Amino acid sequence: MSQRPVTESPPALQLRGVACTFVAKDDPGQRYTAVRDVALTVGAGEFVSVVGPTGCGKSTLLNVAAGLLAPSTGTVDVFGQALAGINTRAGYMFQAESLMPWRTARQNVMAGLEFRGATDAGTQADEWLRRVGLGGFGDRYPHQLSGGMRKRVSLAQTLVLDPDIILMDEPFSALDIQTRQLMENEVLDLWAQKKKAVLFITHDLDEAIAMSDRVVCLSAGPGARPIGEFAIDLARPRDVAEVRATPRFIELHQAIWSVLRDEVLKGYQQQLAA
Amino acid sequence: MWQSIKPSHRNLRVWQLGLLAVIFVLWHVITKPGLIPPIVFENDQQAAFFFGEPLKVFGRIWAWFFTQADIYQHLWVTLLETVLAFGIGTALGLGLGLWLALSPLAAAIADPYIKAANSMPRVILAPIFAVWFGLGIASKVALGVTLVFFIVFFNVYQGVKEVSPVVLANARMLGASHRQLLIVGGRAVGIGEVGDVYSRVGHRLGGVGGLGHRHRTLLRQGRAVGVEEDHPRLRRRRRRRRRLLQGHVLCRLTAGRHEKYESEQG
Repeated sequence: MSQRPVTESPPALQLRGVACTFVAKDDPGQRYTAVRDVALTVGAGEFVSVVGPTGCGKSTLLNVAAGLLAPSTGTVDVFGQALAGINTRAGYMFQAESLMPWRTARQNVMAGLEFRGATDAGTQADEWLRRVGLGGFGDRYPHQLSGGMRKRVSLAQTLVLDPDIILMDEPFSALDIQTRQLMENEVLDLWAQKKKAVLFITHDLDEAIAMSDRVVCLSAGPGARPIGEFAIDLARPRDVAEVRATPRFIELHQAIWSVLRDEVLKGYQQQLAA
Repeated sequence: MWQSIKPSHRNLRVWQLGLLAVIFVLWHVITKPGLIPPIVFENDQQAAFFFGEPLKVFGRIWAWFFTQADIYQHLWVTLLETVLAFGIGTALGLGLGLWLALSPLAAAIADPYIKAANSMPRVILAPIFAVWFGLGIASKVALGVTLVFFIVFFNVYQGVKEVSPVVLANARMLGASHRQLLIVGGRAVGIGEVGDVYSRVGHRLGGVGGLGHRHRTLLRQGRAVGVEEDHPRLRRRRRRRRRLLQGHVLCRLTAGRHEKYESEQG
């Protein structure tokens, strides 16, 4: 086989033909396919959001990308390498509380560096706490911090490791709208500085459009799959609050919502029936 | 005036000591022969027999610790038994708890038997352990181990199962190795709970060790409650005890040790 010259660097994350089927523990005959036929690519430095109705398997997809869950079929490539086990080039910001409650904010940020045996974990943690606006809160425990502060600690905990891919699972869904917009802008700032690949999961279309380069729509589950993809050509840097008022934003919102609306209704009906 | 003696957080200790004093005075008044006419009992000696007299009790305690100073060997045995039971019970409980929590299938198989074993009153094990391990320290330690084991086991088992999967997944994403993950899991189980576990274990263990032995011996001799006199009720009780002891299956089974036991009991 002749060697072809590499024309461009491989994408940060590439999912091909991914399907995830769960077998019910008490009844092996009962199977639930959360996602199927998923092809998804995130280029290096690209910010991609996945939107979809609740319960459509968005988090499942992210767990596959993180290597926490092996897909039933299909492959995951990370920078051209087949993924086996934990995706060590990715950082994951969870939807639920993920900080270790027995560690202070500073110790939580230090955790990943300590696992890796870094010697300057303390100084790096302090630097990142300052960057997310928690310079004076390093010695607080998670339960002593507000929800927004905990999310900032999580953000610092993820970014301090300088991952090439950042996976975010509805990270701000539990926050009030003001804190949320603040955090969104902060994430965009941090992202603009380093230009990492981001796979961002949300059910909030506004948030997805305001932050991303590309928005991928998932159908309602079970067996959710991508049904639409939209390039977001809004100029950067963006302010998530201001960009929402621009005509192009509204145009994009209408276009994406027309694809998404039926799926959201379908998902809602299924939830009612269940 | 009332403002200064009203119970508050400042004079809490004073009130606690006051309550203690009231209890002792009441005890003394009720049990001291001849102080108040007998209400419940037939004569004024009986209250003292059943409840002891505080002054005599204190006198005996004083003798144990200072004049005769013979309590220390018993204290030492109790301490040794307690430490051994703690150590062995904790190790077993921790090991099995971790194993079953991390292996759901093994847990499912063992589940009914663990529940059954835990619902069994520990006291019935005492004679069995005595047969197995003899009447020395080993049987008491074994009994103590059964108490410690189940408490530690259930706490570890439940704790591991309740560890937030998100926290663990996060630790994995942050690059924790298997060993580091185990430490994270261990912390999440809550080492803080162990103190609570041990305080519960502690009071359950109380009666098993050397002090328990001392207590039972004195009870048999009727001296535990500070009664020195040769009371007819006490004599009957001693006789019954002896018959019980002699007829006890334990003594037959441990015929060789029987003599030793009797001589120990004096």
